[in-house]
Amino acid sequence: MELIIGGIIDEPRSTMKNKTGGWRTFRPVVDSSKCIKCGICEKFCPEGIIDIDPEKGAQVDYDYCKGCGICANECPVKAIKMELEKK
Amino acid sequence: MKGDLFAPGHRACAGCGPAIAMRHILRASGPDVIIAQATGCMEVTTTPYPETAWGVPWIHVTFENAASVASGIAEALKMQGRENTKVIAIGGDGGSADIGFGALSGMLERGHDVLYITYDNESYANTGVQRSGLTPMYAATTTTPAGSKIPGKTQRKKDLPMIAAAHHIPYVATASIAFIEDFEAKIRKALSIKGPKYIQVLAPCVPGWGIPENKTIYYARKAVETGMWVLYEIENGKLKINYRPQKLAPVKEYLEGQRRFKHLTPELIEKIQDFVKAEYEKLVSKDGMQLF
Amino acid sequence: MVKKILEGSHAVAEAVKLCRPHVLGMYPITPSTHIPERLAEFVNNGELNASLIRVEAEFSAISSIVGAAATGSRVFTATSSQGLALMHEVLYAASGMRLPMVMVVANRALSAPINIWNDWQDAISERENGWIQLFVENVQEAVDTVIQAYRITEDERVYNPVMVNMDGFYLTHVYEPVDIPDQKDVDEFLPPLNYKYKLDPKKPLTHGPFAYPVPYAMLRKRNFDDFHSFEPIVKEVHDEFAKKFGRSYGDGIIEEYKNDRPITIVTMGSISGTVKELVDSRDDVGLVRVRLYRPFPKERVAEALEGKEMVLVIEKDVAMGSRSGALFLDIRDALFSMRDRPRINNAIGGIGGTDITREDIAKAIDELKEKDGEIHWFEMRG
Repeated sequence: MELIIGGIIDEPRSTMKNKTGGWRTFRPVVDSSKCIKCGICEKFCPEGIIDIDPEKGAQVDYDYCKGCGICANECPVKAIKMELEKK
Repeated sequence: MKGDLFAPGHRACAGCGPAIAMRHILRASGPDVIIAQATGCMEVTTTPYPETAWGVPWIHVTFENAASVASGIAEALKMQGRENTKVIAIGGDGGSADIGFGALSGMLERGHDVLYITYDNESYANTGVQRSGLTPMYAATTTTPAGSKIPGKTQRKKDLPMIAAAHHIPYVATASIAFIEDFEAKIRKALSIKGPKYIQVLAPCVPGWGIPENKTIYYARKAVETGMWVLYEIENGKLKINYRPQKLAPVKEYLEGQRRFKHLTPELIEKIQDFVKAEYEKLVSKDGMQLF
Repeated sequence: MVKKILEGSHAVAEAVKLCRPHVLGMYPITPSTHIPERLAEFVNNGELNASLIRVEAEFSAISSIVGAAATGSRVFTATSSQGLALMHEVLYAASGMRLPMVMVVANRALSAPINIWNDWQDAISERENGWIQLFVENVQEAVDTVIQAYRITEDERVYNPVMVNMDGFYLTHVYEPVDIPDQKDVDEFLPPLNYKYKLDPKKPLTHGPFAYPVPYAMLRKRNFDDFHSFEPIVKEVHDEFAKKFGRSYGDGIIEEYKNDRPITIVTMGSISGTVKELVDSRDDVGLVRVRLYRPFPKERVAEALEGKEMVLVIEKDVAMGSRSGALFLDIRDALFSMRDRPRINNAIGGIGGTDITREDIAKAIDELKEKDGEIHWFEMRG
């Protein structure tokens, strides 16, 4: 490991290297036909890993999604379902 | 959004309320900011060396000194003519209301150009959910367990935003992560004002409150709907209540489903209800008034 | 260069001013208080362009300048005793984070009982904290060492905080003639700070992260290894200062005074003046004054004590639990690998502002001459 003195970290946003998707028990699955692209799920995601695609609606980055389910719980049109992760 | 200045891959719990707050702090501040953070969950989980979640310059020194570190940063920027760069100090409720209280008061009193944000998850969550000065009445924590003799914490929550306001600073606000646009707007407003500013954002803690991972926002909203937590601003000493439900929901709706309140008897719930109602009415009656 | 009669604290404030610090975190505590008072006058009269933060506690004095140093500003603070103890947690953080910082400590006894007078217990109790520590003998050396301290701490090979220790009252409140260097010369000696790792949105760095066991241990070892590499740089800066300003203090690490005699007194700080008088009055005793206390210059000290019959370590502190003073432990350690090591004894005094006279020292030498490993307490007077 290359050490900068003082424990300084010079690579911003480098937790990206740590994919937290493995934490997940339940997986948010978006029904794009129901999604109204309101962006509520994106705002309330603690990881910041939902993007709203103008065509397909909410897109979850499963590399990082910890499966908390806030998105599904807050979705005003119930377009997101939590499904048991098959490992 | 994947381009956020606060990156994923951090080690906060699934459903973490404070992590939602962090994301939106940076979203509101933009990149031209320096963050000074107190020891706590959001410090530990976001900077596991050699990784950092932060896309902006960030510093942590100790638990109790975020406000004083930020004071020094603000003065250094001033001396270097880099005043366009904003300074935000962030602490949890323990780091702000208890151990860092003196430093916070000193920073506010001296008038540094710093925005201090307390993410209030109502306990020392990082060390295993111990009571803090901001733990609400009758909540069970690991140091105020629900015993047969003493039912959790017996004191009220310290009124930190009002204490901050009593420093006669230009801007104080309360926020909840459930009202995220309101929180962001308050950050932006605060950052447009010179001098010391204080925002306290309620950010539920999944393990600390004993709530399901998916209910973080639900409880952050219920707190406001029941009057347990009131959204307001104090600008130049004048109080403005930002959100007044037509009718307060019963506190029971907020207390229910939280492990920390599981032990409450109907009598204690009624006591909390009376307390919340009285406090709420007292506060709302001052809406529009010059408090400081 | 102007020779002025100045109070020690005011002379130090002049030296700090010459170094053009940007941010000063200040909290009053006896006997360091006259330093921030004079600096406040400079700032409020426009003689020093700096932000002087009048903080609410020493904890914030040090914390505020940690923030400012990380932002790339030259910083200063001064404290004593309880103030230094209150800073303790941040002192470790500052050295762990390898920030360029300078602090003057007007050395004073620690509570309890509360006592405002001089001894070294405050600084000595911080001997493991990773700060470079220098002890000065007189006001002139305090002035010169503050200027050197900035050059040391801001050297890219160092980037480590520096503490300049001066005996409270004996040096802070004494009036001595001092040469205050010219601003032009100090500017030449001390260029503006250009800290490589400053907090700057143009290049976002994370300072002070959380570390799991392995990276934590690696970072600790890095600082541990680096720490001893600072000794030659302290000397280098001292020598360069001597060349430019015409004043030197031994070799910058230790000062040997008539150290060609069978008995050597080892000590630090202002008591060295008294020892020098004693040395001048007899022909069997010399002096080694430790100027660089941390990192401890073990080899250099050993070299200076080689072949002595007896070494007497005089100090104003105790290492509780070690049955001696703390300086004694370092000196004894320096002698450890010597084949014919000198006898070594320890004389403790000056605690809480009590006096140590020439006669006290002479008496201790006579009593301990033939002894080895004795811990002697000076008579308590004052």
